[in-house]
Amino acid sequence: MASVTYDHVTKRWGDVVAVNDLNIEIYDKEFLVFVGPSGCGKSTSLRMLAGLEEVSDGDIIIGDRRVNDVPPKDRDIAMVFQSYALYPHMTVYDNMAFGLRLRKTPKDTIDGRVREAARDLGIEHLLERKPKALSGGQRQRVAVGRAIVREPAVFLMDEPLSNLDAKLRVEARALIQRLHQRLETTFIYVTHDQVEAMTMGSRIAVLRDGILQQIDTPQNLYDYPLNVFVGGFIGSPSMNFFDATLVSQDGELLVDTGAFILPVPQAKKDVWSQETGRRIVLGIRPEDIHDPEYVPPGVNPSPVEAVVDVTELMGNEVFLYLKSGNHDFIARVDPRTSAAVGNSMSMAFNLDNLHLFDAETERAIR
Amino acid sequence: MSTLNPSQRTVAESEGTAAANFRRFLRRTPVQITLIFLVFIWTLPTFGLFVSSFRSADAIQTSGWWTVFANPFDFTQWSLQNYVDVITADAMGTAFLNSLLVTIPATVIPITIAAFAAYAFAWMKFPGRDLMFGIVVGLLVVPLQMAFIPMLRVYREIGLNGTFLGVWLAHTGFGLPLAVFLLHNYIASLPREIIESASIDGASHFTTFTRLILPLSVPAIAAFTIFQFLWVWNDLLVALVFLGTGPDVTIVTSRLSEMVGSRGQDWHVLTAGAFVTMILPLVVFFGLQRYFVRGLMAGSVKG
Repeated sequence: MASVTYDHVTKRWGDVVAVNDLNIEIYDKEFLVFVGPSGCGKSTSLRMLAGLEEVSDGDIIIGDRRVNDVPPKDRDIAMVFQSYALYPHMTVYDNMAFGLRLRKTPKDTIDGRVREAARDLGIEHLLERKPKALSGGQRQRVAVGRAIVREPAVFLMDEPLSNLDAKLRVEARALIQRLHQRLETTFIYVTHDQVEAMTMGSRIAVLRDGILQQIDTPQNLYDYPLNVFVGGFIGSPSMNFFDATLVSQDGELLVDTGAFILPVPQAKKDVWSQETGRRIVLGIRPEDIHDPEYVPPGVNPSPVEAVVDVTELMGNEVFLYLKSGNHDFIARVDPRTSAAVGNSMSMAFNLDNLHLFDAETERAIR
Repeated sequence: MSTLNPSQRTVAESEGTAAANFRRFLRRTPVQITLIFLVFIWTLPTFGLFVSSFRSADAIQTSGWWTVFANPFDFTQWSLQNYVDVITADAMGTAFLNSLLVTIPATVIPITIAAFAAYAFAWMKFPGRDLMFGIVVGLLVVPLQMAFIPMLRVYREIGLNGTFLGVWLAHTGFGLPLAVFLLHNYIASLPREIIESASIDGASHFTTFTRLILPLSVPAIAAFTIFQFLWVWNDLLVALVFLGTGPDVTIVTSRLSEMVGSRGQDWHVLTAGAFVTMILPLVVFFGLQRYFVRGLMAGSVKG
């Protein structure tokens, strides 16, 4: 039950800058996800908050207390590690009670909390076992349980699901979300998996090379990526990018990629016309490229001629790997499509969902 | 393939594993024969001594130890008299107690200190840590004989010559570098997350050490206990130099070497004496050997 603030936080190891001038305000009871490729500084940011790494510059504030020099145990946090970090020589019960015992919590309270958490997590029958007698999913639950019983102000989770198989991961995702709703506590969650980030976070912070790229709700991040990196990172398969120029012709604003030309819709014209003549990057998500025969309603289509290179049938949808001029791109189309390898098709690009980025700064043109 | 019914498939699979087992057997057999051969020739002399130690002095002088196997159940040829003699008349009993009095503290003290030091070197941050660790490990190359004369001078000044405390301290000093090195390597390899998790859970360094590191390091501590115990128990040099051979302080190794001088002809006593000195190391080794192979860390991390 606390907010968390990163105020100009920097972490350096010698000459290497792991986290560069990070400014984030995390609200009370929020579920914030740090996401980014490996080495982007997301784990380091979390570990600084936990007190496991020292802050080189800037302040970290939990609630209204600056915690830079506060030892981990006094920060009122609990952390779930990727490897679970269970104490191998203790039973599940002792693992969960360890932190409370060190804090001299009364025995009855400890017992009550441990049993309640175990019941919530469905691990009551495992309390007397040692970690090595548990499956991966059970160990993960114990690790979560150990954090819950502490009743901390902030939960920190460092890729807690990446050691689980795909099915367990989906279950554990739901479990953690339920916990967040029930406990009404601030959760800070680190992952490299954008699906986890999108499904769990109330807000997502995208990091790259130690620099915060964008922080926003999942929907806004998806709809309005601030730069090429965020556009490409969020969404699967990722956004298609085309080098292009903005040209003006007969009062129309056009995006010219060399292989095809798309008209800019009326709504974006005012903003984008300022960039006329400049080199830009056009971004469009695979789901905004449709099979011409199955264009859903509410789409503002524009035809682009392309040749089908590869088709991937997913059951509920089909991925088409397409070639137009010297551009390759992916479309995510209706499963009824008749597209076959080698076919020439006139793909329908949804003009309402074009993303334009400056070719030099890679920032979105808005 | 799809026409195979389940029972046929089972047969096919079991044949496959039988063949694999046979191949494995063939591959392993030369190794096993070699091992058995080595164990045999290594054990044979000791076994001969062991048998001799239960025979009478006359029998040892007149026939080989293997002759007892002509009729092993003729109990008249076996006797415990050698052991009774060596323990009482030759003061091996007192020497045995003295050895215990030297060995147990000289094992416990260095391991206790080394475990604390190893934890600090592995998991606590303080200036000069790596340099200090380097110096401690560097001491491994100093031959202990080099330290005798300066140490004897110091001991004479402070009156430690010929005392148990003196020999404990000597063994502690000589054992520490290796102990710190071995335990450090083990403790440093414990998963970082466990220690970090403990620090978030509220454990101080001391709690982390006593509640996590010590129980998790039992295999390494047991392994080093065996080394140190055997080394101190079998040591003659350090004991001779710092403890001497006074009647109240003689240990088994000193006593045995004296006996070789004074009773070199009396095989029956020497063999029994040798086994009195060997019995405890054997017990310690077999008692702790499972820690060499036991994987206590299983289940702590990952799946």
